[in-house]
Amino acid sequence: MTEKQHITIKGVKEGLVFLLDDACDFSVLLEELQYKLEKSHQQLLTGPIVHVQVKLGSRHLSEEELEQLRTIIRAQGNLLVQSIESEAPAIPEDEPGNNIKLLTGIVRSGQTVEHEGNLLLMGDLNPGGSLLCTGDIYVLGALRGLAHAGKDGRTDVVIAASLLRPTQLRIADVISRPPDEWITGDASMEFAYLNEGVMKIDKMTQLNRLRKQPILFKA
Amino acid sequence: MGEAIVVTSGKGGVGKTTTSANLGTALALLGKKVCMVDTDIGLRNLDVVMGLENRIIYDLIDVAEGRCRLNQALVKDKRFDELYMLPAAQTKDKQDVSPEQVRDIILELKKEFEYVVIDCPAGIEQGFRNAVAGADRAIIVTTPENAAVRDADRVIGLLEQASVPARLIINRIRASMVKSGEMLDIDEICQVLAIDLLGIVPDDEKVIKAANSGEPTVMDPTSRAAIAYRNIARRMLGDMVPLMPLEEKSGVLKRFRKFLGIG
Repeated sequence: MTEKQHITIKGVKEGLVFLLDDACDFSVLLEELQYKLEKSHQQLLTGPIVHVQVKLGSRHLSEEELEQLRTIIRAQGNLLVQSIESEAPAIPEDEPGNNIKLLTGIVRSGQTVEHEGNLLLMGDLNPGGSLLCTGDIYVLGALRGLAHAGKDGRTDVVIAASLLRPTQLRIADVISRPPDEWITGDASMEFAYLNEGVMKIDKMTQLNRLRKQPILFKA
Repeated sequence: MGEAIVVTSGKGGVGKTTTSANLGTALALLGKKVCMVDTDIGLRNLDVVMGLENRIIYDLIDVAEGRCRLNQALVKDKRFDELYMLPAAQTKDKQDVSPEQVRDIILELKKEFEYVVIDCPAGIEQGFRNAVAGADRAIIVTTPENAAVRDADRVIGLLEQASVPARLIINRIRASMVKSGEMLDIDEICQVLAIDLLGIVPDDEKVIKAANSGEPTVMDPTSRAAIAYRNIARRMLGDMVPLMPLEEKSGVLKRFRKFLGIG
């Protein structure tokens, strides 16, 4: 190994601590870990069961990646993974924008997409098709069918689309049919929201007045 | 191995059978070996449009149930040696045949013919599933009406799930109504359906006359619809043929009248 070392193994009272670099590629880590355990650190592997603590630094790993790590370490027989620690800030689950489902394609007549959370459709929603979800609905394309946001009763959700030409819109339990004057010629992005129990449509640029989430830039 | 193409629409009365008959004939006209299959069991029409009604001996159900061999049920066209038709049964029901049975028949036909054109019944039930079972590709027929476009969209969705690639034919376009905005225009339809456009067919009274006389329109080169069908058949073979202009070319006399302000 002539490259930079990404894994440091330290001995402590309880066993071993694996310090993993948090800047390199995850696959590099896996390779190096495998190499170290199998080739260069053979002396670790003989003897009694050793507890291992893995420290990831600020890297955030998915469940699947964690499992990959565990498998490699466990494969050595006498190493027992005690803990895997990450200093990365945990991603809050319920914050809007995180539980977003991404769909690509056309939702055609007779097709229904249901989702718990927010929904982003990259494509059109055709007449006769429907999107139902508990959070917001965003359509990067033409919304021509039925969209129901906040189907479990949330009233603070929006339905946004590049081209808003719905057959029907529903937010929570408010059902709205577009009046004819909606069908305007200009193709600007619009969104639907509830204002005191009445559905309103507005230009996308007005969304920040509804959602007061200023975007902070680091200078 | 030939290719099986199902002609479908969802909605009834948009011209599936007419399209099947004309495309089948147009492909035969281009020298291809073609078999048309009518899967509209109980409401067969393809034989009438082709003028072959009185030559039917066996039908699709007879083949499926083993009462005859496939070759015995094929009806040879009176105009072309290489054009055949497998008629539907008139006395039975769509439930009397299964998608697997139809698939087997289509597979058998594909060995012998270059193109198998399957005429699908209206609707999305068993009859539709039967017709789509053996198809490699689909042609969606729609007319410039909202209801027809909706149904076409529904069918495209079902075909996507069955991974059958589909192309679009817009039938019965009236240039004057499109121009005045009373009819959906081609771009609008294509935008909603988002599949490749195979061709457009202008509304032509000759089509009705031809269907009644059992002679497919495509045989009459003076009909604009006939030219449209021939163009579509050539596109199916991979030729690049531009879409025909919607406006009828005005003759010298017409232009002269227009000039005088009495046209």
